[in-house]
Amino acid sequence: MNVLEINNVTKRFGNLVAVRDVSLTVAKGELCAIIGPNGAGKTTFFNLISGYFPPTSGTIMFDGQDITRLSTHQRVSRGMARTFQITEIFPELTVFENVRIAAEVADGYRLRPWISRAEAGKIHHNVETALKLVALEAKAGRLVGELAHGDQRAAEIAMALALKPHLLLLDEPTAGMGDQETFQITQLVRRLHRNDQYSIVLIEHDMRVVFNLADRICVLDQGRMLAQGTPQQIAANEQVQAAYLGNAA
Amino acid sequence: MTVTSSRKLLVLAAIWAVLLLAPYWMAPLGGYTALATRVLVLGLAAMSVNFLLGFTGVLSFGHAAWFGLGAYGAGLTLKYLAPSTPLAVIAGMLLGGLCGALLGTLLVRRRGVYFAMVTIAFGQVFYYIAFQWSSLTGGDDGLRGFARQPLDFGLFKLDILTSADTFYYFVLFCFALAVGAMGFILRSPFGRTMIAIRENERRARFLGIPVERHIWIAFTLSCFFMGFAGALYALVNNFADPHGLHYSQSGDFVMMAVMGGMRSFWGPLLGAAVFVVLQDYLSSITVNWMSFVGLLFILVVLFFPRGLLGFFQRSKA
Repeated sequence: MNVLEINNVTKRFGNLVAVRDVSLTVAKGELCAIIGPNGAGKTTFFNLISGYFPPTSGTIMFDGQDITRLSTHQRVSRGMARTFQITEIFPELTVFENVRIAAEVADGYRLRPWISRAEAGKIHHNVETALKLVALEAKAGRLVGELAHGDQRAAEIAMALALKPHLLLLDEPTAGMGDQETFQITQLVRRLHRNDQYSIVLIEHDMRVVFNLADRICVLDQGRMLAQGTPQQIAANEQVQAAYLGNAA
Repeated sequence: MTVTSSRKLLVLAAIWAVLLLAPYWMAPLGGYTALATRVLVLGLAAMSVNFLLGFTGVLSFGHAAWFGLGAYGAGLTLKYLAPSTPLAVIAGMLLGGLCGALLGTLLVRRRGVYFAMVTIAFGQVFYYIAFQWSSLTGGDDGLRGFARQPLDFGLFKLDILTSADTFYYFVLFCFALAVGAMGFILRSPFGRTMIAIRENERRARFLGIPVERHIWIAFTLSCFFMGFAGALYALVNNFADPHGLHYSQSGDFVMMAVMGGMRSFWGPLLGAAVFVVLQDYLSSITVNWMSFVGLLFILVVLFFPRGLLGFFQRSKA
């Protein structure tokens, strides 16, 4: 069963073709990494999947249903959650409050002007479960804006998890992090994938992280899908080496 | 947790005690009850503006429109439809709220300065309608010839027309209802989505919140509260005039909210109190009273960006 099926998706901005005829399938429980040189169209591709803007052509299927024309929040309510390259959180709220908003939306309470004690208890439990998954339960009462970068990213992932997603989209989860924090987040993503069987698509620049985590790697270059395969296949692929070396030279 | 929540309860009790006893402590301090009534009504209006500004992060610069419509709704009801105070208040609230809800649908895709500009434009439309439609509204002279009516409870009547104290308690009761509703909403899951939108709109959207719809609901609720305050204002003065819809009035409300502290629930009430008391005191000395209020506003914004209440809260902590 495939969680995500992307068929021949293209995105144009005026004369610029940011994503050109890209197809991708993600199986349930799979961790797929998207890599590519700067400007390859990775983030645009992510924005197409999560519904930030619609594709110029092509279709996107999620859990077997066509979501190509659905808005962001409709995709989220069907079980797609994403994090951003630059952490997007509610800085003046506590970690607990950040995750609680996600948990309440996930349970369909977002328009409710009241909440019963039993419902609040269930939400509380869901928040704690999400915080435990990212090992942030000890910092639940802290303001998220005051946390270290790695913990902020963990909080953002906890919010995504509280949405009870079928698919996690992580845009450069270790961007701008030192070795210690990169290790912390890599371990977290590995746990979510191996222990909790989340289906994950991630964009990543750090090759150690990619080759450490991914079941499958997709290489984008100049908006095209250059290659797909296991980490071993990608490491041996001459086209990929050329794209990266060409970029570096 | 329990220490902070019991402190909160204490503060809340203190606020309500001050409000409940206002007719008794105002007079010895050189004030009068009607001044306290004005503070409550304008404070409620400022809190309604802040419901949107401070808790959803959306700045409306035309909220006086819904305030003024509330005043006209109440006045016209008393003058032409029925001599009933509760009916007048409800009619005013509905007029302000429903007009706001309708125009809100056109507003919710705008953000920031654009939202503020469009709200000013809409507000001025209602200002000119009130100004020009003399046969109904009395035009520039304002709507006269109505008065709040005693409250008839069957067994007894409350004379809110001639007794300033009784009227104050009637307004305080209405204020408590509105403020209670605001506080209730802000502590609910819906209220938390408002705060989420204020904190980070993109994150809110990617948590599955349809941001435009939620802003519209918050805007509409705010307009209903505004209409309610406007209706009470018509009762305070037994008069409604176009100035109540003018954008300069909207500016006053925003000023009260920002001066008092827009991140705090009670801040705008404090801002309104400072504004109204200064106006009352200074306008008897100089016609340029507004320049002094403006100076204070600048000082507050420069030195206490979180407003007067925000400053007090920080220095306490």
